[in-house]
Amino acid sequence: MTRRQPHRLYGMMAEFATPGDLVAAAEAARSAGYRRMDAFTPFPIERLSEALGHRPSRVPMLVLIGGIIGALAGYGLQYWISAVTYPLNVGGRPYNSWPAFIPVTFEVTILIAGIFTVFGMLALNGLPTPYHPVFNVARFALASRDRYFLCIESKDPKFDEAATRAFLADLRPSGVFDVEP
Amino acid sequence: MKDRPPIIAPGYTSASVTDKISAVVLRGTPRWWFAAFGAAFLLVMLLLFTLGHLFLRGIGIYGVNIPVGWGWDITNFVWWIGIGHAGTLISAILLLLRQDWRNSINRFAEAMTLFAVACAGIYPVAHLGRPWVLYWLLPYPSTMGVWPQFRSPLVWDVFAVSTYATISLLFWFVGLIPDLATLRDRSRHRFARIVYGILAMGWRGSARHWHNYESAYLMLAGLATPLVVSVHSVVSFDFAVGVVPGWHSTIFPPYFVAGAIFSGFAMVLTLAIPLRALFGLEDFITDRHLQNMAKVMLATGLIVTYGYLIEIFMAWYGDNRYDMYMSVNRMLGPYAFQFWSLIACNVIAPQVLWIKRVRRSPAFLFVIAIVVNIGMWLERYVIIVTSLHRDFLPSSWGMYSGTIWDYSTFLGTIGLFLALMFLFIRFLPMISIFEMRAILPEARAEEVKE
Repeated sequence: MTRRQPHRLYGMMAEFATPGDLVAAAEAARSAGYRRMDAFTPFPIERLSEALGHRPSRVPMLVLIGGIIGALAGYGLQYWISAVTYPLNVGGRPYNSWPAFIPVTFEVTILIAGIFTVFGMLALNGLPTPYHPVFNVARFALASRDRYFLCIESKDPKFDEAATRAFLADLRPSGVFDVEP
Repeated sequence: MKDRPPIIAPGYTSASVTDKISAVVLRGTPRWWFAAFGAAFLLVMLLLFTLGHLFLRGIGIYGVNIPVGWGWDITNFVWWIGIGHAGTLISAILLLLRQDWRNSINRFAEAMTLFAVACAGIYPVAHLGRPWVLYWLLPYPSTMGVWPQFRSPLVWDVFAVSTYATISLLFWFVGLIPDLATLRDRSRHRFARIVYGILAMGWRGSARHWHNYESAYLMLAGLATPLVVSVHSVVSFDFAVGVVPGWHSTIFPPYFVAGAIFSGFAMVLTLAIPLRALFGLEDFITDRHLQNMAKVMLATGLIVTYGYLIEIFMAWYGDNRYDMYMSVNRMLGPYAFQFWSLIACNVIAPQVLWIKRVRRSPAFLFVIAIVVNIGMWLERYVIIVTSLHRDFLPSSWGMYSGTIWDYSTFLGTIGLFLALMFLFIRFLPMISIFEMRAILPEARAEEVKE
């Protein structure tokens, strides 16, 4: 493949050997004014999100919404069936026997909340992603093993190929790579 | 405290943990695997044969009749579903309690949950009599205008078990995503790379991903924790809401949940001890894990023992002649052998776990775990059969025993469970790789610095 124009790059990526180096680099990049960047690690590192300035996850809100929908749907289903559309006299109990409807209401609450959790997490992460430029860096396969990467995207207003490369090289990485789009 | 074995052997790095666990999947198939899977597969064939026979001939091939309408089927159902509960306990409750030793056993414990629930699900359906109309259990607008009756625990059970199966599957799959990405990146085989790549859905371990992921994982654990307690409580309602002496008891929900965890940990030990030896994973599933599981087994075993004692006490204290007769009949009646075997397996045998030497010996623990598995099966058998066979009217008393088809269904589901387990350890990482990386000293150093 021919070398593309510099401004066509997806971004610039630096590789680090330890999580500590990566967190320090992310903090340095943020204080240098970079905003559009992401870090890649083989396991979750809590301080990294802070260093990159991520806002709190929206997953818990989705779980709450799912739970409320589940509770209303679960109870509503039973109420509608037992009291409205198919009222049955079972041992003289009221049609709306709410104590007996609690177990199913609970189960449906958990079910819908759980589905919202998983699919909400996937949606917020943009998964499935069939193609992503970071995989164009051959070394990136090690991000799922024991290497730590920081990628500054070219969409960042402060991104400049030469300057950003120099900035990343200054952070003492074990390598700096161009990320083809 | 000083001589406690570590939760991971010293000297491992993120790279070596990754390589060692993924090698189990990526390196070729060991020869014993074919033999083991083949044997399990034969039992699956036995299961299909039995179910085929059952669907052709009807429920009469089993030993159930009036008065004992529930026999091996429901015993096996409760046994399997109980086994599943330890997987959820390990993956969810121990996560919330920040017990990081769970990280090396949660993956296959969750798989065990899933496969045990699959086996459990077969029984109520096989037991329906007309399994082809099993969808009548679900609320749907039928042309007959009939709907389920939501005051019945049997309907609650449908919702509880199906929710449990769904949430367990989601939890297991979410846990797998980062590891599937590792396998995608590590595998050299083109086909494997494509399959793992599709399953990993483009996971790239981005900080943004992990941020939402960790939140979702914690939320799922929070949802699964009350769920697991509710599922076995609902299973116990199948009995406790009935009026049969020996079933109609308020101790049932907590006592069933404790029994479920007791039998589940026994099954985790039954699987973990041979697996770690076969794949040389003693560095990851250390003696510390076995000891911790032994302690949980001992504690839940004592709760179960308390349940047995309270049942007898309440029968006497409640001054109900039918309950009293049921208790005496259990201990001295025609099923006394099963009752005392269950006491020997569940109450007496686990007491050796007080001894440190026993907790440290994998061979000994394996034997105890098998004994507890048998004991917990007998417990359900005794609860179901001895309660039903002599209830209120002596004129409608009867005896029950399983038939060859009961045995073959049970053997068949054991085969199904093992076959799924063998497929799982062959194609998916049986230890959670990313969670193992997170408990390594190099990852810890990062936390401490703060």
